[in-house]
Amino acid sequence: MSETFTKTMARNIFFGGSLFFILVLLGLTFHTTKALPERDNRQNLTDQVAQGKLLWEENNCLGCHTLMGEGAYFAPELANVYDRFGKNTAAIKAFIKSRPANGIPGRRSMPQFNFSDEELDALAEFLKYVSEINDADWPPNIQG
Amino acid sequence: MKFQSQSVAMPYFIAAIGLFVGQILFGLIMGLQYVMGDFLFPEIPFNVARMVHTNLLIVWVLFGFMGASYYLIPEESQTELFSPKLAIAMFWIFLVAGALTIVGYLAVPYATLAELTGNKLLPTMGREFLEQPTITKIGIVIVALAFIFNVGMTVLKGRKTAISMVLMIGLVGLAVLFLFSFYNPHNIVLDKMFWWWVVHLWVEGVWELILGAILAFVLIKITGVDREVIEKWLYMIVAMALITGILGMGHHYFWIGTPEYWQLIGSVFSALEPIPFFMMTLFAFNMINQRRREHPNKAAALWAMGCGVMAFLGAGVWGFLHTLSPVNYYTHGSQVTAAHGHMAFYGAYAMVVMCMISYSMPLMRGRIANSRQAQVVEMWGFWLMTVSMVFITLFLTGAGILQVWLQRFSDAPQSFMAVQDQIAIFYWLRELAGVFFLIGLGVYIWSFFVEGEEVTVDNTAAPAAA
Ligand code: HEC
Ligand code: HEM
Ligand code: HEM
Repeated sequence: MSETFTKTMARNIFFGGSLFFILVLLGLTFHTTKALPERDNRQNLTDQVAQGKLLWEENNCLGCHTLMGEGAYFAPELANVYDRFGKNTAAIKAFIKSRPANGIPGRRSMPQFNFSDEELDALAEFLKYVSEINDADWPPNIQG
Repeated sequence: MKFQSQSVAMPYFIAAIGLFVGQILFGLIMGLQYVMGDFLFPEIPFNVARMVHTNLLIVWVLFGFMGASYYLIPEESQTELFSPKLAIAMFWIFLVAGALTIVGYLAVPYATLAELTGNKLLPTMGREFLEQPTITKIGIVIVALAFIFNVGMTVLKGRKTAISMVLMIGLVGLAVLFLFSFYNPHNIVLDKMFWWWVVHLWVEGVWELILGAILAFVLIKITGVDREVIEKWLYMIVAMALITGILGMGHHYFWIGTPEYWQLIGSVFSALEPIPFFMMTLFAFNMINQRRREHPNKAAALWAMGCGVMAFLGAGVWGFLHTLSPVNYYTHGSQVTAAHGHMAFYGAYAMVVMCMISYSMPLMRGRIANSRQAQVVEMWGFWLMTVSMVFITLFLTGAGILQVWLQRFSDAPQSFMAVQDQIAIFYWLRELAGVFFLIGLGVYIWSFFVEGEEVTVDNTAAPAAA
């Protein structure tokens, strides 16, 4: 870098540039939060769904699964599992409920969480609510 | 070592390396679970191993950053550390809190841990990388505040250089952004949106400031190049990092329910994010080529150059690979992501911590550099780990491309589990590369115990040989 370009100039680019883009980010964030009600399916965000989300977190489902493509890559994507299971919450509940406590020999296994029926309902409703968020048509197909 | 108090960095570095070993062991457990699904099930389910692996990574890198700051700030400020006692106290608090959290993950089911730690009062658990119980998160905030107070006071009472300014901004940013981990609304879209304010604005934002500052410090010391030149580079690198990285966050807002304009903003700005990483590589190589002294610590120079190159490959090249929204549509949340995550984290943050350790540990142990023999062993560790990481990345990329093809792109898409079976060979190879990585880490640790003739030459006055 040449002599005419001084350290002070570099410093000013750093402070000025960063500050400018922080402000742009804040503006865009504000706009996004205003636009979200159109997309994030909040009309269906019931207490039951909120309970489902808490169960989702407190059992660390994200430690094996992805949800909208974020999480771990060990087990199937679940943002569209409601669609994959034929829009059938009963099938989701039956799947979670039927996991053998000692796993399936030789196969990647999902734990048996011993959920109550109420908890299973909440989790299934949560997965249904997530599947109805407008996430720009992701994933590309039903396999997730 | 110019100031006695710099030596508080030593326990931080030792803890960092110890936790690094733990991280790799759990990585290998998971690598095996990928191909032998029932391995250690149900004792250590995959998700538990993953939490341990990623949380140990974050904690040891944070230990590394703190150690680096405790070493660097007094020397830059030309004064003793404000309070070495506070630094040691925080070390033990952080270590014990970290260890208890890991033991908690392993000892009881996660839901039980959530209940025991009162997660319902302020639910923050169960999100990727932020799995720590809320109480641990509060502990992290306290340690971070005490740490920033300590180094901040040191800067205030001493000389203020560009390096310590950039480092301080990075550290304060790290602490402030972590506060978003306490925001966890019921609305999953908002939750995900602000989760990235911690994760993205850390690794592709403020951490790059910390990375740049540490690299600049080590380069000044080992090359003797004029501070003005080095600090000008540093400002340009961190300027580019934030100018591209802040809106680059848009590459995580493609498919989580956020408006579609993010596809354009995210693609454009994140496509520019490799620039600061490329500059870091140029920076390291240029400064070492223009060196004014022959510093006997060759290993530290190797780490500095390696860090530049690997950060550029992992973050820059592998990041660019999947950052444009039409590509990311297919690769999102696949093994391609894992490939990138590994090389980027290793190349940028693991390597910069090891670079600082390589430079400062010998000084804290009372010598300008390790013996030639010890440095040779350290360099073997460097190459074994780095080459293994290149292979891990290549195998995961292979797995990822096939996964995307079979599951998402072909005319007859197959189910996730069916596809995983077909690409198992790549996972076996990744595990093998992982074993070599562990061996490399062993060699690296062994280098600290290798004796040999003392190096005393510090021909500062000698003109550059090349
Ligand atoms: C230890 C890892 C692990 C954890 C934790 C985990 N799962 Fe799973 N899950 C799996 C695996 C592996 C499969 C695929 C099982 C199979 O096909 O045999 C699966 C499959 C599923 C499926 C069916 C998906 C499909 O397309 O076939 C659902 C639904 C599901 N899990 C829900 C959950 C929920 C809800 C939680 C949290 C309460 C959870 N999982 C936690 C590993 C896990
Ligand atoms: C050496 C052997 C290693 C093995 C076998 C290994 C294995 C794994 C596995 C299986 C996962 C989980 C992937 C998933 O979600 O399905 C993972 C995640 C991760 N590992 Fe490693 N790992 C190793 C070393 C490392 C190193 C050295 C680093 C960085 C310094 C690292 C950083 C990460 C990160 C950041 C994640 C989260 C990735 C993401 O969310 O995309 N790992 N690792
Ligand atoms: C040192 C810097 C970087 C580190 C440590 C890093 C690490 C990571 C990690 C761990 C993830 C996975 C997150 C998750 O689990 O969901 C990720 C995702 C991603 N990174 Fe980086 N990254 C860095 C820089 C970059 C750069 C410079 C780019 C772009 C050029 C980039 C592009 C991406 C993209 C597009 C994703 C999302 C992948 C997906 O859709 O699944 N990263 N990164």
